Amino acid sequence: MIRYTPADFKSDQEVKWCPGCGDHAILNSAIKALPEVAKNLNYAHHRFTFVSGIGCSSRFPYYVQTYGFHGIHGRAAAIATGVKVANPTLSVWQVSGDGDSLAIGGNHFIHAIRRNIDINMLLFNNEIYGLTKGQYSPTSPLGVVTKTSPYGTIEHPFAPGELVLGARGTFFARSLDMEINLTKDCMVDAAAHDGTSVVEILQNCVIFNDKCHDFFASKENRADNTITLKHLQPMIFGKDSNKGLILDGLEIKVVTIGENNITKADILLHNAQEPNPGIHMMLVNMKAPEMPVALGVIRDVKDHTYDDQVRDQLIEVRMRAKIHNVDDLLNSGDTWDVE
Amino acid sequence: MTQEINDVVIRFSGDSGDGMQLTGSLFSDTSALLGNSISTFPDFPSEIRAPQGTVSGVSGFQVHLGSSKVITPGDFCDMLVVMNPAALRANAKWLKKDATVLCDTDSFNEKSIAKAGFKTDDPFTELGIEGYNIIMTPITSMTKEALADSELDPKSIVKCKNMFALGVCFYLYNRPLDHAFNHFDAKFAKKPKIAKANKTVLTAGVNYAANAHIFANTYTIQPAKLEKGKYRSITGNQATAWGFLAASEKSGRPLFCGSYPITPATAILEELAKRKDLAVKTLQAEDEIAGICTSIGAAFAGNFAVTSTSGPGLSLKSEALGLAVITELPLVVVNVQRGGPSTGLPTKTEQSDLAQALWGRNGECPMVVMTASRPSDCFRAAFWAGKIAMEHMTPVLLLTDGFIANGAEPWLIPQMSQFPSIKPPMVLEKPEGGYFPYIRNEKTLARGWAIPGTPGCEHRIGGLEKDSETGCVSHDAANHQIMTNLRAAKVAKVADFIPEAKVYGDKSGDLLVIGWGGTFGHLRTTVDMLREQGKAVSHLHFDFINPLPNGVEKILSKFKNIIVCELNSGQFANYLRQSFQKFEYNQYNKVQGLPFTTDELAEAFNKIIK
Repeated sequence: MIRYTPADFKSDQEVKWCPGCGDHAILNSAIKALPEVAKNLNYAHHRFTFVSGIGCSSRFPYYVQTYGFHGIHGRAAAIATGVKVANPTLSVWQVSGDGDSLAIGGNHFIHAIRRNIDINMLLFNNEIYGLTKGQYSPTSPLGVVTKTSPYGTIEHPFAPGELVLGARGTFFARSLDMEINLTKDCMVDAAAHDGTSVVEILQNCVIFNDKCHDFFASKENRADNTITLKHLQPMIFGKDSNKGLILDGLEIKVVTIGENNITKADILLHNAQEPNPGIHMMLVNMKAPEMPVALGVIRDVKDHTYDDQVRDQLIEVRMRAKIHNVDDLLNSGDTWDVE
Repeated sequence: MTQEINDVVIRFSGDSGDGMQLTGSLFSDTSALLGNSISTFPDFPSEIRAPQGTVSGVSGFQVHLGSSKVITPGDFCDMLVVMNPAALRANAKWLKKDATVLCDTDSFNEKSIAKAGFKTDDPFTELGIEGYNIIMTPITSMTKEALADSELDPKSIVKCKNMFALGVCFYLYNRPLDHAFNHFDAKFAKKPKIAKANKTVLTAGVNYAANAHIFANTYTIQPAKLEKGKYRSITGNQATAWGFLAASEKSGRPLFCGSYPITPATAILEELAKRKDLAVKTLQAEDEIAGICTSIGAAFAGNFAVTSTSGPGLSLKSEALGLAVITELPLVVVNVQRGGPSTGLPTKTEQSDLAQALWGRNGECPMVVMTASRPSDCFRAAFWAGKIAMEHMTPVLLLTDGFIANGAEPWLIPQMSQFPSIKPPMVLEKPEGGYFPYIRNEKTLARGWAIPGTPGCEHRIGGLEKDSETGCVSHDAANHQIMTNLRAAKVAKVADFIPEAKVYGDKSGDLLVIGWGGTFGHLRTTVDMLREQGKAVSHLHFDFINPLPNGVEKILSKFKNIIVCELNSGQFANYLRQSFQKFEYNQYNKVQGLPFTTDELAEAFNKIIK
């Protein structure tokens, strides 16, 4: 039985993120999650591999005591894909930010998800470019003022969850950096999922975009403005646990239990395993303050993974193969002898 | 009467939908099976079906066969098959003086003659080839006649007309039909009517040529006196793919190819995708960048990783090449060069990516650059690229080109036991004192390759500069100098592990002809031609460009004149000027998307030696 402690996954490198950066909390969650993942999957320490791109979040591999590859801007998903396909016995984690994954690396992001390669993507979303010091990102809200949008952005942002579902993603979860246990749980569930798992972690950049998520995520706002979803549990939230979500026609609506004859039985049950992404799409798109921001595992459905199919095809072809080595290959097909 | 000849060059040309590539392949494969020495060159437009009947839509396939060794597809042809006036217009310039031209009369009507851009209704006079042996044959109508009872639809019937032309050529050069018949049976196993129709038309072509007495003579070409053994036909792209397989087998490292389709390199990915029987993993990536980045990931994970591309794709891969250089991972990038810049001439050949291969990356970013000289030589080159990449822990850029990639030739099948071993510096367990990724082998300066999944060797590498000893991120000024020097020295040291430069011909003389890559056949043929005339000409051809092999300077110093020939404006000549400054270099360059001709080379060489 494999047993590790968080200390086993902490590297000896000095962590160089800014004091107060949300990344510290996420690292904390990961270090706690990895022993659990190792235990659940029966994976030894040396089977864990972290791959990143460029940006603050992408320094992550230096800070976990695992195999690590710090790539180039935007390409983490492609590099992680190569690692996993080459060696499917590894637990492969990809760490990147909103700029890295959704701007320069957008193409690799959607195609990794489309292929459903069994990698776990941690997407740190702080809605800003931090390492280049404060330019707007593809998730910055419309109109936000940054160094490269002094008059406000004129671009519509991506919603990462919507992109994941649009790319036919099989797993999407969302957490907040300061919710260390929820983030940890999302990571553990992501690792348990076969296929591409995306965990969006709403992260605070204390220097360039401080408090950008606070209007729903701060301690005082969180209970009434977020909902933590659990598979097969009713969608209930709020300080007093008396608010819930119901399906009203084709829309999700917030109701109060006890008002207008609404009882707990009327509240929608969360089914993360429902293949039809309709409800999941509505859940990932809920925006505060009108609706609570959905946290937890929103989607977790089974489908073929790319790596399993690579393996199956290899086995199938090799079982009936006539060519077993290069000499066989060179001598196959039309040949002739010169006497 | 049957006359024996030493060699012949035949060019099949028609609309890009006329099946000229297949026609040419059937002719060359049949001839290869007869034991002739062969070299082929397909010449096709980049459009799948360019406008019908226009010159830009002409597709050609040239085959050179001989009873002694041929190493080029031939400059000019003895026999030209033209399925329409556009094909005649596009190819008339490649005719030898006494050439035979077989034309499909049915396609030489007023409309198609005008469409091909002729100003008069007599294309032959207009092109100045009225004196040639022109055989006007109603190929299309005779094909229809032959298949009148076949129950095929009119479109399928007309599609068989290329086989009629092939039949005429089979008769003229006394080729047997069995290989083509077997091909139809295999290709149309599920459409026996189509297989039968092709056989019928091919036979009809042979019979027509025999009965109509259109040729005074027929010809035979004796089998070439080739080295004894078992042969097969192979294209450059196929040989490249198979060379990678050989390197994988010898190294024990599984083969991974992440790649994005691009002309003229795609066949490498296609060939490897077939080889699941040899456990190859291919990944058709979402773009060129993902092609190389998935391969870098696979290399980190311990596979022998390769990626295939052509010019524009290499540009896209540049940043990731730097990543492979700084992480010191084994990786082979094969660039099948085509005409540039930008999209350029996708289906035409050129050698103009050399400067990019050597220097086209940010920072001081050296990597091994090598080339292949002939279609079958791509096997050797790909094998060596893998050997060097893995044993020296470096990315290797292998430059082939569209000419040798698509060209085919017979190949004496080697045995894998003849090839050297490949021993990558695997780290299989935790070394005493711990694993540090940039600790090097003294002889090669290669670092150890510890792959994820190895207990106790957890480490991190990446695009940031690392400390030469601890492998930790380092911005230290002195360390950066050390690492820069080490990366350069590691690549330079490869020279001690590759064959020394070897001159062909006499070791001294009036002229040393220098080339690299796919121009080998034309240069060697021309040098041989001049040597037979008693001229003191020798040939030095480069397989390795960075590092250059040992012994070059000594060779250069023995010749009165040096000429560097390449299909660009002088990139290798400049590289040699920089590497060996005391010599004077003449140049012969051509940037037309076409290979050299031996005539133009001979003229250039004769000018220097008078």
